[in-house]
Amino acid sequence: MADSSRRTPPGPGQKYWRRPLDADRIKVPHGEIHILVNRCKGCQFCVEYCPRDVLEMSESFNVKGYHYPEAVNEGECVNCQLCEMLCPEFAIFCVEVEEEVADDDGGS
Amino acid sequence: MKREVAAPATEAHPMDELLRMDRIPHIWCPTCGLGTVVTAFASAVDKLEIPLDDLAVVSGIGCTGRVAGYIKVDSFHTTHGRAIPFATGLHLTNPKLKVVVISGDGDLISIGGNHFIHAARRNVDITVICVNNFIYAMTGGQVAPTTPLRANASTMPYGNFERPFNIPYLAESSGAVYVARWTALHVRRLTKAIAEALQKPGFSVVEVISPCSTLYSRRNRIGTGLDLMKFYHDNCEIKHGADTRELDIGFQEEITVGKFIDTERPTYVESMNTWYAEVFGDQYEPYEGSAK
Repeated sequence: MADSSRRTPPGPGQKYWRRPLDADRIKVPHGEIHILVNRCKGCQFCVEYCPRDVLEMSESFNVKGYHYPEAVNEGECVNCQLCEMLCPEFAIFCVEVEEEVADDDGGS
Repeated sequence: MKREVAAPATEAHPMDELLRMDRIPHIWCPTCGLGTVVTAFASAVDKLEIPLDDLAVVSGIGCTGRVAGYIKVDSFHTTHGRAIPFATGLHLTNPKLKVVVISGDGDLISIGGNHFIHAARRNVDITVICVNNFIYAMTGGQVAPTTPLRANASTMPYGNFERPFNIPYLAESSGAVYVARWTALHVRRLTKAIAEALQKPGFSVVEVISPCSTLYSRRNRIGTGLDLMKFYHDNCEIKHGADTRELDIGFQEEITVGKFIDTERPTYVESMNTWYAEVFGDQYEPYEGSAK
């Protein structure tokens, strides 16, 4: 299905470059975020620099009295691990999750 | 008012294997960049798959000096400024050991400045990660030899008028073979630079610009460490191979980052072995360390 759509000329409002040619072959990884809440000192580096805006500061406090990050739209996480690298408190990390339904509606 | 307190987490972080968990949480302030530098260093070690028995970390005194106490490899916390001489001795006893000095600007460039230039001159095969936060942070924000002109410090209450050191230029002119500068925000490039420096035979220097929230940015009224990170994001220019004479850092001015020097030069042990083999001929047995 993906192959045939690639050959048809774009309709009005559509552009070729909107869809990379190998989009059906590239699998976007998905990550699961683990937050060790009580290590956090609320620096917000992870919230500020998450490229997919997955994290947000929570309203509640941890035992140290700091607000900590929460994963508000975890589905967006692509396991880039930038939050894990930036966190000065070793309080957040990502684990890649394998997607089970990859071949059903994928392009290949 | 009832406060909602999160339940204690029991999970372990992947970094925990490399940390002395009995000493964590560390003493660094919220929004300090030092934890990030530790993560970058650990990732570089992990990436190169260096056996932890072949690695030693030496620190001096100061906020950055605490790194030796938090990393779970053979480490030593030396007296003020003497991290490089200790590391030199460690390296000469066992040249196969990867010796890394992680210390601050005040420790390495001011109090240990003489050791820095002479280790660079001799090209001792050690890696120096100099975390530059522009100030003596642990002792109360005194002016350091890296404090930018016009920045405020507790011993310069009307602004600094002393010309600061330009660490890459100092390192290059003293003879370092690898010189790079990154900030705590450029974690991936910093990890790569640390990995390159660890693999480089000779005196390699990685300067890391790191935010100090409690003393530098608060005294100068430039926000928190997060604001400094945003500042690095907007004002860092990557210029690989830039002329090190032009790398001065002004107060809240553009910072040039990148890899500046990557050359080859015989190390201290190599030069000694070559010369003595020339002088004594077959009588000389090349030195490969005295450690068993």
